[in-house]
Amino acid sequence: MPEEVIRVYDLKKYYGDFPAVKGISFSVKKGEVFGFLGPNGAGKTTTIRMLTGILEPSEGRIEVFGMDVTKNKLKIRERVGIVPEMANPYIDLSAMQNLFLMGRLYGMKKREIKERSLSLLETFKLYNKKDQKVRTFSKGMKQRLSLAMALLPDPELLFLDEPTSGLDVMSARLIKDIIISEQQRGKTIFLNTHNMQDANELCNRVAIINHGKIVAIDTPEKIKELGAKYNVVEVSFSPFKVNEDFFSGKVKISGNKLNIHTEDVHRTIEEIVEFARREKIKIVTLNVKKPSLEDIFMEIVKENA
Amino acid sequence: MRKLSPFYRSLAIAKKDMLIFYLKGPVVIMGLLFPFFLFGAFLIGRHLPHSYLFVVLMSMTTFFTSTAVGPTIIPWEARSKTFERLISSPVSLTTVLLGDMQASFYFGLIITLLVSSVGFFLKIHVNFAIFSIAVILALLAFSSMTILMSSYPPTDIPADVMMLSSLIKFTLLFISGIFVPISKLPPYARWVSMLSPLTYLVDALRHATYISAFFSVYTDFVLLLFFAILFFVLGVYIHQQVLEKRFM
Repeated sequence: MPEEVIRVYDLKKYYGDFPAVKGISFSVKKGEVFGFLGPNGAGKTTTIRMLTGILEPSEGRIEVFGMDVTKNKLKIRERVGIVPEMANPYIDLSAMQNLFLMGRLYGMKKREIKERSLSLLETFKLYNKKDQKVRTFSKGMKQRLSLAMALLPDPELLFLDEPTSGLDVMSARLIKDIIISEQQRGKTIFLNTHNMQDANELCNRVAIINHGKIVAIDTPEKIKELGAKYNVVEVSFSPFKVNEDFFSGKVKISGNKLNIHTEDVHRTIEEIVEFARREKIKIVTLNVKKPSLEDIFMEIVKENA
Repeated sequence: MRKLSPFYRSLAIAKKDMLIFYLKGPVVIMGLLFPFFLFGAFLIGRHLPHSYLFVVLMSMTTFFTSTAVGPTIIPWEARSKTFERLISSPVSLTTVLLGDMQASFYFGLIITLLVSSVGFFLKIHVNFAIFSIAVILALLAFSSMTILMSSYPPTDIPADVMMLSSLIKFTLLFISGIFVPISKLPPYARWVSMLSPLTYLVDALRHATYISAFFSVYTDFVLLLFFAILFFVLGVYIHQQVLEKRFM
């Protein structure tokens, strides 16, 4: 069984009287990409700040690499790379100076910093800009540099807070490719995101957090299965006719189409065929729409609102 | 990976501060131009001995240069969203603040050394050892004071901290025996002046230039060191207490 890199027990965080995180527990296995999904204000960033030792938990316990985060934050951070949400590189420094600063903070040797920085700048397609001030960089370039800074000490565990948020397609693709390649190199990645597509594409498991509570935790595929009740059968008839009581699922009319929300797709299709025969009408189109992770996420969030 | 000491890592933070903040407008205005014009205003129309003017010039230079950089670093970092990255690296908040303090110290040291060459040209008789110790201890005290100044309120608006720190600096400037010697102050004002670290720099520089002073030179040194430690420890403590508020 893979070793657990992060273990969180009944974690709570209050800002004054406001409960930002309301008692969450989960673990992250070595080598997996663990997605932490939730809408804005759900408690994702507060959780990542507690996991990285920036904020103290109000209650509960966090272990990273088997060590208590509150007591060993510096020891843990030596082995961790962090891309905080909205954390910018220094715009008055060049890309190379930013990387040098990060290397020094991680206690790396000058030569080691230089070699690794040049290689990372190459990987992140920033080599030609290495001596330019970050002030001149686009948002995507800044974010690529930010990830390069986190990867500089070759950490075992990466915390990425919304790494592709608001980026151009090229930068987002590059960052996602690097996340995949880092995982293939055995790194563990904790990914905060509200982008369902990223979670679906990158994560081995995801936890959905809403209002400070985890409402689902599983693989993206299993979570999609959980969402079987959110299947939609879309049908159009000629001539258009509808009898909502005929169908076991919930019927919504959208233009000249019926959207039937059902858990039992087979039964619903049988009902549609039976309805068409009885009413002597033709089925023009019939589509079964499986819910995407995003649909399920929206439904789960709504249910737990 | 080599394990560097926190002090070594704090040097990297100081270097970053030097590259970023030394040429920022408010630093140049408050650290260089302001003491120059203030000294000019003090000088015009007075016929004071060179050694006395040298004490005033060096006191103001040391004080204003070493307090120009520090107060705005943390608010500036919070505003430009670099602070979280810094404190999520494997360095403690104390190490970060030690780096910021050093940036203030080195700025003050460089400018003070340059300006002190005036003494050489004016052929002022200076006790070099007393002068050096006094300036270094004062730079430590003032740069530590900037850590305290930036600690509260936990704002990300540098102008707020600049205003508050200017208020404190001007108050200290007028109660510290620069313009009126402590011996000529009324007794209640003397007690107030003793609360200012600048008082002990001015007094020690009077010793260094062989002008009559109020305290013994050892008292000046001990109290400058005391203020340096007090300000740094208190500044770090308050920064730690308000850290969470910077993320709310």
